[in-house]
Amino acid sequence: MIAAIAKRILIWAVTIVVATLLIFLVLEILPGDIAQVLLGQEARPDTVAALRESLGLNLPAHVRYFDWIGGLVVGDMGTSYTYNVPVGTLIAERLSITIPLTLASIAASIVIALVLGIYSAVHHNRIGDYAVMALSQAGIAVPGFWLGLLLIVLFSVNLGWFPASGFPGWHSGMAEASYALVLPVVALSAAQAGVLTRVIRSSVLDVLSEDFVRTAKAKGLSGLGALYRHALRNAMIPVVTIMGLQFAHGLVGAIVIENVFSLPGLGSLLFQAINQRDLIVVKNVVVVLAILIISINFLIDLLYLAIDPRLR
Amino acid sequence: MPNTQISSQPKVRRLPSLRPNLIIGGLLATIVVSAVALSLVWTPYAPSEMHIADRLQGPSADYLLGTDHFGRDILSMVMIGGQNTLFASFVAVAIGVTVGTAIGLTASAFRGWVEELVMRGCDFLLAFPTILAAIMISAATGPGIHIAITAIVVYNIPVFARLTRGAANAIWARDYIAAARIAGKGRALISVRHVLPNVMNPIIVQTTISFSSAILAEAALSYLGLSVQPPAPSWGRMLNEAQPYLYQAPFLAVYPGIAIAISVFSFNLLGDGLRDLLDPKMSRAR
Repeated sequence: MIAAIAKRILIWAVTIVVATLLIFLVLEILPGDIAQVLLGQEARPDTVAALRESLGLNLPAHVRYFDWIGGLVVGDMGTSYTYNVPVGTLIAERLSITIPLTLASIAASIVIALVLGIYSAVHHNRIGDYAVMALSQAGIAVPGFWLGLLLIVLFSVNLGWFPASGFPGWHSGMAEASYALVLPVVALSAAQAGVLTRVIRSSVLDVLSEDFVRTAKAKGLSGLGALYRHALRNAMIPVVTIMGLQFAHGLVGAIVIENVFSLPGLGSLLFQAINQRDLIVVKNVVVVLAILIISINFLIDLLYLAIDPRLR
Repeated sequence: MPNTQISSQPKVRRLPSLRPNLIIGGLLATIVVSAVALSLVWTPYAPSEMHIADRLQGPSADYLLGTDHFGRDILSMVMIGGQNTLFASFVAVAIGVTVGTAIGLTASAFRGWVEELVMRGCDFLLAFPTILAAIMISAATGPGIHIAITAIVVYNIPVFARLTRGAANAIWARDYIAAARIAGKGRALISVRHVLPNVMNPIIVQTTISFSSAILAEAALSYLGLSVQPPAPSWGRMLNEAQPYLYQAPFLAVYPGIAIAISVFSFNLLGDGLRDLLDPKMSRAR
């Protein structure tokens, strides 16, 4: 058990190091002269040189890399060139929207998928099963950002029930702030619910045809009793794995959806930073996202160990 | 989920029946591809032709799907917009399949540390979402269709490497491979002559499914402004440009989205149908 956990911790650490190296390579080495990028092609050479000096760009690449990593470890990500505030503060502010948005959409998609997936497995090859499968195909085929636009047209433009865009901020009260996130959560969770429904359905179907479920039924448990007591627990193992991937998709989907609904989250920060060529912000936002995704996959791996003793 | 169960019923040999998902998927995919192919030679209007007097009009006899904020014909733009999406998806998936399959075959042929290294690399790439990769590369080099292609390739290589290596490992355990090795054939020759033909079916199925997710990814990237640049029309960017006009002309946000959804849906169905046909053990429908 301890060896298995230690191995996963090692993989987690190595993956994060490789990710930071890759990000550094693409965002600091590939673009050439960062100071020139930040200031634009028209900037005067002495201004560029001064900025290069103040950003420490004259130092060798490995020194800059370790400076960056050292800063990351203590939470110092440098100062945004365009906002002129610490990047760490900016990111923390924006995460207060992106994280709740992602978690709410994952929770919504899990609830929807559990209900629909189990329902369609139990009603295998009947009309309800076909309806659920058709619905999940539609959920997968419709891009989240388009669903977002359609929801705005229907619920904001025509019915006026929800705000079309923007976020009042958490300080204006949980209720009002959460209300602004309803449409984004729906847009974000549809595709995930579609994928997850199919996984849960086929996983439950697999388990329902196992001998131990037949034995449970032979012992006199009702179909539903056998399902809850024996089948679901076993059917959840593949589902937990998919959930790790779902988190990554949810987080990245949130970045796109934030742009649809003009929510001031990490996604809109990232795109503003790209448009303003603020590579310091881009680099740190991407590394935060990568660390979040890698860490969630690591936690899912640990959860997997807890659920399935054979892996220890 | 892979279903490795083997049916206990005796197998009846018969011609594979064409399932409805294969027919519907194939039909819709043909319509999409034909409409886009037609746009190479003919569209109702030139896509950049502006009719300012007719701007933001709803569907009419003159403009079947209406006009946008410059008075451009939406139908023509939707037809042409598909070119870039389908082109990027096709190129990216083709590179992904070729490179991924080659890596998977290599890993399977040599096993040991080569395989371990390839699989760890795949895990890493799969943990790195397509859109994040695209955002990063575009921040470094500027936007363009190459961003979408690169990001989709990066995503697809590990998908195909893993799939091929899994299927190929099963083939390497077969007797006829042992026979080929005893006959003195090298690993590379065996991989190409004997292993590859036997792992083609799951690869074909995955290619179709990858194509549909590539369309989705390209659309999202061009919505975000990271893929094809103006004035070339693309489905994703048309949706982006429709956004300021949601109150005046909500129909602008409808048609490009339908085009994306139908394309994705058709190739997904096609993939499911092909899976049932070519790879019954992996069938999702059952």
